[in-house]
Amino acid sequence: MAKNNELSGKREPLVRIVRRTDAGRIQSWGIRIAAVLVALVICAVLIYALVKMNPLEVYKAMFFGAFGTTRKLWITLRDTAMLLCIGIGLAPAFRMKFWNIGAEGQILVGGVATAVCMIYLKGLPEILLFACMLFLSSLAGAVWGLIPAWFKAHFGTNETLFTLMMNYVAISITSFCVSKWENPYGSNSVGIINPGTKEGWLPDLFGQQYLINVLMVAALVVLMYIYMERTKHGYELAVVGDSENTARYAGIDVKKVIIRTMLLSGALCGFSGFLAVSGASHTISTGTAGGRGFTAIIVAWLAKFNTFTMALIALLLVFLDKGAVEIASKFNLNDYASQIITGILLFFILGSEFFINYRLVFAHKEKHAVQAEGKEA
Amino acid sequence: MKKILSVLLVLAMVFSFAACGSEGGDEGNSDVKIGVILVGDENEGYTQAHIEGIKAAMAATGITEDQVTWKYKIPENEQCYDEAASLADAGCSYIFSNSYSHQAYMQQAAAEFPDVTFIALTGDTAKSSGLPNLKNAFPQTYESRYVSGVIAGMKVKELLDAGELKPENFDADGNVKIGYIGAFPYAEVVSGYTGFFLGIKSIVENVSMEVQYTNSWFDLVGEGEAANSLMADGCVIIGQHADSTGAPAAVQAAHSNGKNAYSVGYNVSMLSVAPDVALTSASNDWAVYYTYAFNAILNGEEIPTDWSEGYNEGAVCVTELGTSCAEGTADKVAEVEAAIKDGSLHVFDVNNFTVGGAHISSYTDAYGMDGAEAIKDGYFAESTLRSAPYFDIRIDGIKELN
Repeated sequence: MAKNNELSGKREPLVRIVRRTDAGRIQSWGIRIAAVLVALVICAVLIYALVKMNPLEVYKAMFFGAFGTTRKLWITLRDTAMLLCIGIGLAPAFRMKFWNIGAEGQILVGGVATAVCMIYLKGLPEILLFACMLFLSSLAGAVWGLIPAWFKAHFGTNETLFTLMMNYVAISITSFCVSKWENPYGSNSVGIINPGTKEGWLPDLFGQQYLINVLMVAALVVLMYIYMERTKHGYELAVVGDSENTARYAGIDVKKVIIRTMLLSGALCGFSGFLAVSGASHTISTGTAGGRGFTAIIVAWLAKFNTFTMALIALLLVFLDKGAVEIASKFNLNDYASQIITGILLFFILGSEFFINYRLVFAHKEKHAVQAEGKEA
Repeated sequence: MKKILSVLLVLAMVFSFAACGSEGGDEGNSDVKIGVILVGDENEGYTQAHIEGIKAAMAATGITEDQVTWKYKIPENEQCYDEAASLADAGCSYIFSNSYSHQAYMQQAAAEFPDVTFIALTGDTAKSSGLPNLKNAFPQTYESRYVSGVIAGMKVKELLDAGELKPENFDADGNVKIGYIGAFPYAEVVSGYTGFFLGIKSIVENVSMEVQYTNSWFDLVGEGEAANSLMADGCVIIGQHADSTGAPAAVQAAHSNGKNAYSVGYNVSMLSVAPDVALTSASNDWAVYYTYAFNAILNGEEIPTDWSEGYNEGAVCVTELGTSCAEGTADKVAEVEAAIKDGSLHVFDVNNFTVGGAHISSYTDAYGMDGAEAIKDGYFAESTLRSAPYFDIRIDGIKELN
């Protein structure tokens, strides 16, 4: 190689990376699906090489774990909806390049607000109770998002540290509430709230316990898509994310956009806390967010803030999670095995974005490729 | 587009194939299916003890591997309910969970599946829930804690006799300082540390104990820090009611730097992380309960709502004695264990402790016991009214630091 270069007198790498702009929707999705398939093949080889198991059996078990029975299917949908909802909340903030890593805290305060209603406001008419829960959980999340946003907008504080530290405050508040409400005393757990009356539990719809969760989040997918892609607000926050100076030049009130967007982001994360407490666990603990506030960042970024793609990514992550429990149960493959599978899959999905945005041009094919590009252009 | 369609088709086929894999019902009790919900896996001492107990019970009762469905690393949240319900869907008629905070979700599932028996181990609400298919079981660990206290007491006596203790090891009243790391400030832990303390006291009368809570069942760093602060305060023995190896490891490190301190662990032998300082660990033999329960299941007998046994049935024990134990410890342990078994020794004998400077002869304030009298025939009858511990008296000589 070095010799070649010396001979020819100029540097000519074997492979060049060329940006491509021609990848259409079908081609992009083709690349993504191919990446997933390649990842599955590599995992299969690894599974066989390491534990001598039939990888198809392992994949089958993962499918069973996530979708095998009606109950499992609905649990998967419920958890997907929850993760997706947080992702939807984070998307506008991250598109604005506001590094909101405080979703955990925003979920927790939303959850605490929900639990407060379930414990202290029971006896209210159902409609009123749910209205209070929805309003207060979103408000709590919004306040948790507003505080770092206001400081960022007015004093230029670092939102990454600020939102992160707000998580610890939220965890401490939750801890305090858990010790206040613990049942039985000393157990450090609140137990199921209103187990008999089910007051404040999201009700069944058409006999399905979690259908409401799914429908509400599905509506949010559409609304957030419209907000980000089709409204002035959405455009403004994208401009602020790309360049604050450009935004200012264009007459956008950057401070207002930051605060407005974080109010929305926090409110949606707070709403996720409502979903978690009223719609799934019916209790509150410091583990209510369970790291999902961080996982949802992956969901938002991998999907490049397209809420429909986010739904797919969230489903994939929840599927892997449910699959992990099943293969641990069935094959005694502990969670390290499923973490390897998850890692490889995510690596390939991330990697596929590279091949969607760039193409590799090999030295001997260069002429041909350049010609082809010229034609397409 | 064709490609996507074919991929979807393949996925759909795999899905439907997998769905067919779900198993049908069972006939007769010898085909019984059992589900096990575990908070950890074999890499975590507490759950490992359960896994070993279940495997031993399976071997003893002839229940085969394909009759048992294991669910590992199930957190104490709605996932526990999800798994319990899914196990019931899959035809399990008995479902065990091994962590205290699984209980609320087991109870939720028990209300929904009246034909399935749910056993929330170390739980305490089976009786009060009024659900006939919710059960609790709890070994009488306070007995093995008492014995581990005796072992620690022998060590303290040896150090005293050899004149190895420094002024910092004594409190203002001349008592030897003992340290204890507890997880949460409630009856299970209070019962345990009191048993431990009374065990030490049975050998060395002049001792006092400080209890530091970590507010976590498993916190390597926090338990290590608690051990360090207790040792800095002069504590000679560090006992624990928390699941990690943080404390013994910290004591070992301090000992290697010349500190005169020893450790008493929990669940598993700590000799691997603290070879020079681990005296023993108080432990449970879960195989005893699981064997009992599996036999009851196979014979079609009702599992008791509350089950609690101790040395009598071999349900509790102390682990192998460390090399640093005082001479004659093994004989003393055998003597004390025999006395507990034959009923001549009661851990919570009212003559052995005082509350506010006075002996007590009646106690009706135990939390959650609805005013029931806990003291009978001159001793606090722990785990007889219900399986989970309810000894929550703070006795003289023990100070909770936080």
